[in-house]
Amino acid sequence: MKLHEYEAKELFSKYGVKIPPGRVATTPEEVRKIAEEIGGPVVLKAQVVVAGRGKAGGIKVAKTPEEAYELATKMFGMNIKGLVVKKIYVTKYVEVDREMYLSLIIDRATRRYLFLASPIGGVDIEEIAKTQPEKIKRVYVDPSVGLRDYHVRSIVLWLGFKPETAQWRQTSSIVQAMYNIMVDYDAELVESNPLAVTKEGDVIPLDARVIVDDNALYKHPELEKALEEDPRDVTEFEMYAKKIGFHYVELDGDIGIIGNGAGLTMSTMDLVYHFGGRPANFLDIGGGASRDVVKEALKVLLRHPRVKVIFINIFGGITRADEVAAGVEAALAEEGGTNKKIVVRMKGTNEELGRQMLAKLGIPLYESAEEAAQKAVELARA
Amino acid sequence: MTVLVGPNTKVVVQGITGREGSFHTQRMLEYGTKVVAGVTPGKGGTTVHGVPVYDTVEEAVRRHGANASVIFVPARFAANAVLEAVDAGVELVVVITEHIPVHETLRAVNYARSRGVTVIGPNCPGLVAPPVRTKLGIMPNNIYQTPGKIAVVSRSGTLTYEISYQLVRTGFGINIAIGVGGDPVVGLDLAEAALRVAQDPDVEGIVVIGEVGGDAEERLAKMYAEGAINKPMAAYVAGRTAPPGKRMGHAGAIVMLGSGDAKSKIEAFRAVGIPVADTPFEVPQLMARQLKR
Repeated sequence: MKLHEYEAKELFSKYGVKIPPGRVATTPEEVRKIAEEIGGPVVLKAQVVVAGRGKAGGIKVAKTPEEAYELATKMFGMNIKGLVVKKIYVTKYVEVDREMYLSLIIDRATRRYLFLASPIGGVDIEEIAKTQPEKIKRVYVDPSVGLRDYHVRSIVLWLGFKPETAQWRQTSSIVQAMYNIMVDYDAELVESNPLAVTKEGDVIPLDARVIVDDNALYKHPELEKALEEDPRDVTEFEMYAKKIGFHYVELDGDIGIIGNGAGLTMSTMDLVYHFGGRPANFLDIGGGASRDVVKEALKVLLRHPRVKVIFINIFGGITRADEVAAGVEAALAEEGGTNKKIVVRMKGTNEELGRQMLAKLGIPLYESAEEAAQKAVELARA
Repeated sequence: MTVLVGPNTKVVVQGITGREGSFHTQRMLEYGTKVVAGVTPGKGGTTVHGVPVYDTVEEAVRRHGANASVIFVPARFAANAVLEAVDAGVELVVVITEHIPVHETLRAVNYARSRGVTVIGPNCPGLVAPPVRTKLGIMPNNIYQTPGKIAVVSRSGTLTYEISYQLVRTGFGINIAIGVGGDPVVGLDLAEAALRVAQDPDVEGIVVIGEVGGDAEERLAKMYAEGAINKPMAAYVAGRTAPPGKRMGHAGAIVMLGSGDAKSKIEAFRAVGIPVADTPFEVPQLMARQLKR
């Protein structure tokens, strides 16, 4: 779950980090009211959980409450990288002296927490890694040891602060707060970019991002509730897919893909591409799928306007071929047939029975995935 | 013997009374695995497919000498199940469960490693060793009937079965197949698994099945280049057409922060002389060619 900036900043604030005054608004009137309360110039920040919203027009400075109102009327409803702006975070405009980067992630290879710190920030970490990799400091924290003052010291020093100054202490407490948020909220990422030194000399997170592990959401009912009220980048369709029990990712081709298991499904996409076709999606029905899951998955692709051919590739140990065939049959019955072509490759228990069932529907069953993929590509071209 | 399991491997199944646990216990027994006990808190004293059930792993170890565990318990309790197995003294823990919170995996896996215990998974199909007729996992038995000298290490489940099937069909036998798991943090990653199997004198060749996400393939390529792995290898990497920023089914299968795409993994393998198959079906050919050299 990706937290909005305002939610992330509320967390930072809860952990004692000073943040510029601000509130979230859902109407232009509210934006004006908040701007009046804050007084002076404000920043309007579209609350969409995508990177690069500034470049897309999702961050604007307003000098007066009236201007804030005007800008808000345009910003609400704006589409930024596929997400519609429904909330605007209105915050006091602060003049910035220096921008830095600080984030915390889990490092797979070492199985430790990892801080990434850079005295230059405000741009993507990918960008810094490409152009000035020597600026990025990595500080690893063993989960069984936890964050210690020597970790904090080496980060704060790297960011360019002198020991025992006010800025040093402020930055140290931000590092500590980020670590605590990471652990307490089961986060996959806690990021402040930019982390800024203001003209007044304060160190503050000017932007904040937190991504929480979906598998741990049950421990944080307040976040579950927030996600339910505002699904952000999770589409209705993705929620539906999750409920039924499959994984779906949209691609841009015309050959629909259904497979069992993430690796096999990806490899099926790759196979189609290898033979000159273009996959329309990734749809993994998981292991031991029942006829109902197969049915619902196939219905999704039967209704998909761009899909011309559907390629089902099942390698079953425990998945039964007759069960898959029954799912195909049921989907076609419910949809009243289709003019899309269906190609099936199946290995598994009760293969012969599955073959007979599919033959009755006029669908050939292939033994080789390569042959089936070539057939699917050929049919898509026809 | 194989590197992780042998004739003396005695298995306890944690979560044996659940649907998955019970189903796969039967399949493991059919394959030949010595499943000596099961554990489900509150179900001690019952049996599942003739296997005695206890309330704690400690009892299963004390009464039956269990030295390996397979975990099927639900995600919320799975990390604790790992810790319990480690404290009870087993040497190998295979975690089938998917959707364990990653911070919990982190703590459980680090604890296990600090106690010298090998963890396979989470979110994995487990491991199967045909020469010793031992399976700790959910792989289909019928594919793993031919013992031999090829080790398969993989980040995938069904794709492992597919490629194992292709290998067997073309005349190879399997020494061991290990699915290391699809989560971002796993107990034994792809590179470490390859390093382990390479140390087995019975293994002649290693098939590596990678996918998008992380950098285990790149690290493996480096180990190979440095001579840490000196067995013939062939690889396949799934996800050449995976878009960046999207999780492809597995929690760990995501191209992120500009790294982890299939292209970089394929290039890393090829740069050090590990051939990479364009399709899963080319893997046996590549392996055969590598072995002849």
